[in-house]
Amino acid sequence: MNKSLNNCENCPAHNVDNLIKLGIDMKDFDYVVALAGNPNTGKSTVFNALTGLKQHTGNWPGKTVTRAEGGFIFNNKKFKIVDLPGTYSLLSTSTDEEVARDFVLFGQPDVTVIVVDATRLERNLNLVLQILEITDRAVLCLNLIDEAQRHNIFVDDRALAKELGIPVVPTAARQKTGITNLLQSIHDVATGKFLCNPHKIRARSKSLNSAIEKLTKSILEFYPQLPNARWVALRLLEGDERIISALKSGELNQLNKSYVLQQEEITNNDLQVKIDN
Amino acid sequence: MTTKQKKNIDELIRQANLLRWEVGENFHDSLMSSIYENASAIASHTVIKKGTKPNYNFDQKLDRIVTSKYLGFPIMLILLAVVFWITIVGSNIPSEFLSTLLVDKLHPILKNLANSLSVPYYISGLLIDGAYLSMAWVISVMLPPMAIFFPMFTLLEDFGYLPRVAFNMDSLFKKAGAHGKQALTMSMGFGCNAAGVIATRVIDSPRERLIAIITNNFSLCNGRWPTQILIATIFIGSAVKPYLAGLASAGAVVAVALLGIVLSLIVSWGLSKSILKGEASTFSLELPPYRPPRILQTLYTSLIDRTVFVLWRAIVFAIPAGMVIWLVSNISIEGKTLAVWFIDWANPFGYLLGLNGVILLAYIIAIPANEIVIPTILMLTVLTTGTSSMGAGNGVIFELDSVNATAEIFKLGGWTLLTGINLMLFSLLHNPCSTTIFTIYKETGSIKWAAISTFLPLAMGFIVTFFVAQIWRILVG
Repeated sequence: MNKSLNNCENCPAHNVDNLIKLGIDMKDFDYVVALAGNPNTGKSTVFNALTGLKQHTGNWPGKTVTRAEGGFIFNNKKFKIVDLPGTYSLLSTSTDEEVARDFVLFGQPDVTVIVVDATRLERNLNLVLQILEITDRAVLCLNLIDEAQRHNIFVDDRALAKELGIPVVPTAARQKTGITNLLQSIHDVATGKFLCNPHKIRARSKSLNSAIEKLTKSILEFYPQLPNARWVALRLLEGDERIISALKSGELNQLNKSYVLQQEEITNNDLQVKIDN
Repeated sequence: MTTKQKKNIDELIRQANLLRWEVGENFHDSLMSSIYENASAIASHTVIKKGTKPNYNFDQKLDRIVTSKYLGFPIMLILLAVVFWITIVGSNIPSEFLSTLLVDKLHPILKNLANSLSVPYYISGLLIDGAYLSMAWVISVMLPPMAIFFPMFTLLEDFGYLPRVAFNMDSLFKKAGAHGKQALTMSMGFGCNAAGVIATRVIDSPRERLIAIITNNFSLCNGRWPTQILIATIFIGSAVKPYLAGLASAGAVVAVALLGIVLSLIVSWGLSKSILKGEASTFSLELPPYRPPRILQTLYTSLIDRTVFVLWRAIVFAIPAGMVIWLVSNISIEGKTLAVWFIDWANPFGYLLGLNGVILLAYIIAIPANEIVIPTILMLTVLTTGTSSMGAGNGVIFELDSVNATAEIFKLGGWTLLTGINLMLFSLLHNPCSTTIFTIYKETGSIKWAAISTFLPLAMGFIVTFFVAQIWRILVG
């Protein structure tokens, strides 16, 4: 009897029923999951489906301007999930986009779930490619597939997974379709069961490529601890004043988990007011 | 930081500058176009568009109508008017039921209970006539309109209508020298100004963000919709033939909301020409697809997130406010209560504004929450006119079992149609609630901007009501 139960527990199908939504209880989590994506792709809906929270969702871009956090248990592992404001790019400087950028960059989430709108895949991919420059562990949540089908648009998720080098999970979060597979993929990437081989941007010119490589190498020489040296190289090459001043002030070195934890307090207060709506 | 580290950093920056020259072309553009090329290559391998596009494209056709040059604004106004009309007509009966239950039935029971336990009058007065009654009043006046209005508004939001409103308004905001996204934060302000102020984070430029923050108060918020709806029902509705009452009051609320939008444009224009000079920046606004709203979930979230939340906030503020009202109307100096002292002193000023001392005192007591303005005004009016009081202590409202009874109280307080209209205007134009002021301070980090956001609308409220009152008295008498 006991033995068969154990077998069940090893079966992925069993874990699904074992999803425990923790709401805002996030003590002693094993993994941190970030939820990023373009505005209005359904990040908050995915967030609610995973945590059982009722974060207010609205059909308009820019509804979430601060981070919301929640938790769930899947396959005996405790996950903390952070819903980030929608952003088109990591290269701009508005406050809401900074929240998303800083978290993916310096919060070092164990998994970054990138939610994309299946009906607007090409445009959404711009952000996906930028995020894959920063992190090695990501899952693509191909959301709104029901809407895509209605518009006669079909996405070959397997081919997409191959191209991007990360798991791709088709979902329709509003209908709770595909959430199970999404959980499994998040779990697999977090635990290292699935090893990502993320797509890196192939620059048009050879000189650009070699410049990025050279600078990345020098940065790693000076700062072996830096998690996203290639990204910092890109920003330095672009002459990003903020990164330069962060380097000069030593802020960049300190931008690690403790920095993000510090930020958390501020954002939690903001969130309180947001919930007040 | 050691000198070695400094040297390293300088070395890195030097290398970066050197390499940038080597690359030659514009680095940013070259990187961006690489990203676009990569993205389009991947998409072309993976996205399959079967057959032709559906012939009947619902979204596009609908968008062509609701964002059209000529129909866009009329549709917006009609939708708003319909929502208010349903709210006004629908909340009458439940409102009556609630006040019969909480005020007529439960209050005497509590009072008798206190008497039979021989609780001292000042304690039962403070708790039952002050705290409990103001809470009961908030619930019966505010719950029905909120429970009807918020779900309808949330359904429109879920459907995807708000971005269309922003789209329609965008060019107007640009002409006013403000950011087009201000149309979105303004819409957010229709729910809660504090939330609207936080939402201005989507605006990149600090100049335009400040304009959006200062003018957000011109969006009527949760706490002020019920005030508008109630006053319009009583004063505007009763000024016309009965079968037109619902329409006229809904129209009046729409007019005030519209005035708010117009003022927000005018003030934005004024600010961008004076203390916040500059050009409007461009941005792209994405119109999300229409999505069929999930009715049940919307009802649930709007009930939990908005109705219960706002009601709770109102109750939390109403209880201490009720106690304050009871105290100021029972503590006497030289034979006059504190409230009467203030009201008598403020009455001449109130008269100039077409308001009265009671309303001014109510707005001071209600600084923490706009929600309790009407209950406060009612309690204070009853107190000063001595309409009816039972048991010990003043400041007790009784037998207000319907909108009509509320109207009776106002009439006893010497209110006219002018008072009603000016109260609606003043409710639109006065300082933001303390939560919003604090949020503005937190977001801008500046006392100066928080103060400007507080006193600018208040000054405008004084000016507008003053002129309306003078013109009204000349024309109507």
